[in-house]
Amino acid sequence: MSVTEERTSGGNGFVGRRLKRKEDPRLITGRATYVEDLTLPGTLYAAVVRSPEAHARITSIDASAAAERAGIEAVFTGEDLADMAAPCPMVWVPPGVEVHVPEHWPLARGKVGYVGQAVAVILGGDKYGVVDAAEDVVVEYDALPVVVDPEAALEPGAPVIHEQFGTNKVFEWSLAGGDVDAALAEADVVLERRIVNHRTAGAAIEPRGAMAEWREGRLTLWSSTQIPHIARVILSIQLGISEEKIRVVAPEVGGGFGSKLQVYGEEVLVAWCARKTGKPVKWTATRSDDMLTTHHGRDQIDDVRIGAKRDGTLTGIHVKVIQDCGSYHLIEGPVIPTFTSCVISGAYDFPAVRTDIVGVFTNKFTTDAIRGAGRPEATHLIEVCMDQLADELGMDALELRRKNFITEFPNERPHGFVYDSGNYHGTLDRCLEMLDLEAFRSEQAELRQRGVYRGVGFSTYVEICGLGPSRALGPDGWGMQGGYFESAQVRVLPTGTVMAYTGTSPHGQGLETSFAQIVADRLGLDPEAVEVIHGDTNTGPFGKDTYGSRSLAVGGEAIARAAEKVQDKAKRIVAHKLEAAPEDIEVAEGAFRVKGSPDKSLTLADVATEAYIPGDLPEGMEAGLDEISFYDPTNFVWPFGAHACVTEVDVETGRVEILRWIAVDDCGPAINPMLIEGQVHGGVVHGIGQALFEQIVYDEHGQLVTGSFVDYAVPTAAEIPSFETDRTETRSPTNSLGVKGVGEAGTIAATPAIVNSVIDALRPLGVTYLDMPLTPMRVWNAIQEARR
Amino acid sequence: MSSKVPIRLSVNGRVRELDVEPRLLLVHLLRDQLGLTGTHVGCDTSNCGACTVHLDGEAVKSCTVLAVQADGTKVTTIEGLAHGDELHPLQEAFWEDHALQCGYCTPGMIMAAADLLARNPDPSEEEIRHGLEGNLCRCTGYHNIVKAVQDAAEVMHGSAVADRQEVSV
Repeated sequence: MSVTEERTSGGNGFVGRRLKRKEDPRLITGRATYVEDLTLPGTLYAAVVRSPEAHARITSIDASAAAERAGIEAVFTGEDLADMAAPCPMVWVPPGVEVHVPEHWPLARGKVGYVGQAVAVILGGDKYGVVDAAEDVVVEYDALPVVVDPEAALEPGAPVIHEQFGTNKVFEWSLAGGDVDAALAEADVVLERRIVNHRTAGAAIEPRGAMAEWREGRLTLWSSTQIPHIARVILSIQLGISEEKIRVVAPEVGGGFGSKLQVYGEEVLVAWCARKTGKPVKWTATRSDDMLTTHHGRDQIDDVRIGAKRDGTLTGIHVKVIQDCGSYHLIEGPVIPTFTSCVISGAYDFPAVRTDIVGVFTNKFTTDAIRGAGRPEATHLIEVCMDQLADELGMDALELRRKNFITEFPNERPHGFVYDSGNYHGTLDRCLEMLDLEAFRSEQAELRQRGVYRGVGFSTYVEICGLGPSRALGPDGWGMQGGYFESAQVRVLPTGTVMAYTGTSPHGQGLETSFAQIVADRLGLDPEAVEVIHGDTNTGPFGKDTYGSRSLAVGGEAIARAAEKVQDKAKRIVAHKLEAAPEDIEVAEGAFRVKGSPDKSLTLADVATEAYIPGDLPEGMEAGLDEISFYDPTNFVWPFGAHACVTEVDVETGRVEILRWIAVDDCGPAINPMLIEGQVHGGVVHGIGQALFEQIVYDEHGQLVTGSFVDYAVPTAAEIPSFETDRTETRSPTNSLGVKGVGEAGTIAATPAIVNSVIDALRPLGVTYLDMPLTPMRVWNAIQEARR
Repeated sequence: MSSKVPIRLSVNGRVRELDVEPRLLLVHLLRDQLGLTGTHVGCDTSNCGACTVHLDGEAVKSCTVLAVQADGTKVTTIEGLAHGDELHPLQEAFWEDHALQCGYCTPGMIMAAADLLARNPDPSEEEIRHGLEGNLCRCTGYHNIVKAVQDAAEVMHGSAVADRQEVSV
């Protein structure tokens, strides 16, 4: 570590330590409970009949043979769902911007717009039996012309997917600051690049699944979701059931990466089916279901123009984004590319920025948030173009970065966002120190003599996370129809241990451990005595769930504040009992004690006894020791870092091998450094996946070509290097913990480092630019092209 | 539905006799009929390895084995790996080294790693990485998984040496 470890609170010093995770014992022994592990007596299994057509009218559905099979309870189609109160809501309603939102129902009504769209559902008591029956459902389609290319979809004469709009354009949206036209006009050099950021999948290893029970007028939905609280609101709207009669539980969730930041048709469908049949209904996606109908990410075409003076001073950046939205929206859909615009300035002091976005309907599945959600696209285009611009200027790419790094904080960017804090030179310095660039360059030159092509690529990213300030994101700001606070409740039990409820909904992040560390320090406890409860709308206050690297910077701060409220009350009780002033009570060495008189102290258990057997509380104090906090941040947080990637390219085959990965990230002070490293490793590999292997491919008929893990290439251990990681710590002034987020940082940072590295390796062969994924074929072709 | 077939197998040391559909997958036998839900399903194509168990001591993907093929075999699942409260060295190492996040791939990953270490008690990093390429993890980036397998190998190697020394004394 290159930072001085700082204890952020005056307790037992658990914050900052590499504690082993509290959640692991159940996970390593097979005793955890994921949705698919739950079955209630009488459970009906659901199988979904899906459209094999990308664009078609449904002319008839004959489910009679399926319904007649032994063991089949019911078959439902879109017509049967006529009593559903509302289609899937899309929650982005930006003021003054028209967004086309077609009705998207859990089962298609009359028409399908993508392969895999749900057309009917079969319910029965045997999980194999319902799949057999699904084969017997005969659906006749009248095929319509298909459009899969977003640019073609915008051309006059293209098949219009939703006739009511008369166009495939979903929305147009711009965000600018400063005079970009003038900035580009006064530039000595204007770099122009067209960057295709291809479609990817979240590919959590646990496929989606949901089980619903309707009992005594109340609905319980267990779902593999990141957002149980938001799901309850949406189920209430779609099913027309009063919110308090719905309970949503996210049990153990096997990864999300944004793909479970969603309320899918099947979740609503099983709930509707449970109410209709009066029996529990469970649906579990196969991997093929998941590839077809778990939302995809990215899929942008970015036309970039960057202006610079001859000396490397940046004058402006203008990006035109074409976002492929797929044929229908889910809950956020079209808003995702707007997050690209938030960080379009990158780590650089652009005096003028402009992002123009066009969303487009195509006959593909919906794109929505996947790890990074719009920011990986921004970082990719900026960081790749910084290298491209350096080439054009004949400058060193790192020198160009350093010349333009933002150094003053807080820093208001031309488009209104305020970077909270940063030290971009610091992370790059440390990254270069670990890399030893000089040694690499001489080795690189030497190896080239022998026909071995190695390169190094950098990414000096900044990202926006910690969603977020409700005023900025909400209805009158960005246009999201919600608040983005987080809630927490810290309840001391009568024997002095703690249940801490968080409104976030972790699915691998380790919050049961890190949040326990935060609470423990504030209450003089061991984290073992703090149970962190999450993912159940019937416990704790209303929460806003997990996405956008918000859990710690928003949820963690909420839990710290709730714990501090408990601490304050406990101090007043202790002061009363020990005849001292509350301000003279400190939490140290596991006790509440009088400053300067360590022998005068009470433990939290003592305080709890006083609070729950209230015979002698301070005048006017209520009984109990249980506090709630709702924390709505005043700004976003802006993590940053410098990543370096060393690759070797086999020029005979085009195969890229990553030899080294150096990641220096700054997400503020660590609560648990081990968890940060884990997030960085996983995040970077997600980016490596996109850069080298993964791509969602549809053919011209709208058929998904990459519908399984055979053809959608999630990286294995064999393709990945070990990582060299370090951190610097720059506090965010936004929250009392000083923390930023880290869940998406690695993914946001990674892809341009690889692309820049491969271009660096192949520069002697004349390769100057590459789009992802850098498959052997694409790289080999680029080499051949350059040789011609 | 076809007629059922009687099978007899040992699962985690307990003999089980059941009548199963010929098409029933071993993973569904384990999960749905024996309640051993620690073995997971992550794909339809034997790529992800979340369903890895040991069949007569060797790692297999239980989504690709029919229950009837397991007739007469000994099956070990993640639930049968620890000795009572004493975790297997791999379980300890995965916990110690933060080699899991969401935990979904973890049982399969640990079972695959146990098989790897049985065949190669002292694997290099590269051997571990190739040895586990049939198991996908989307969370950890594999770095800490590799480290955990190395650490477990060291512990198991150490105790194997200790066992031999005990015998020789």
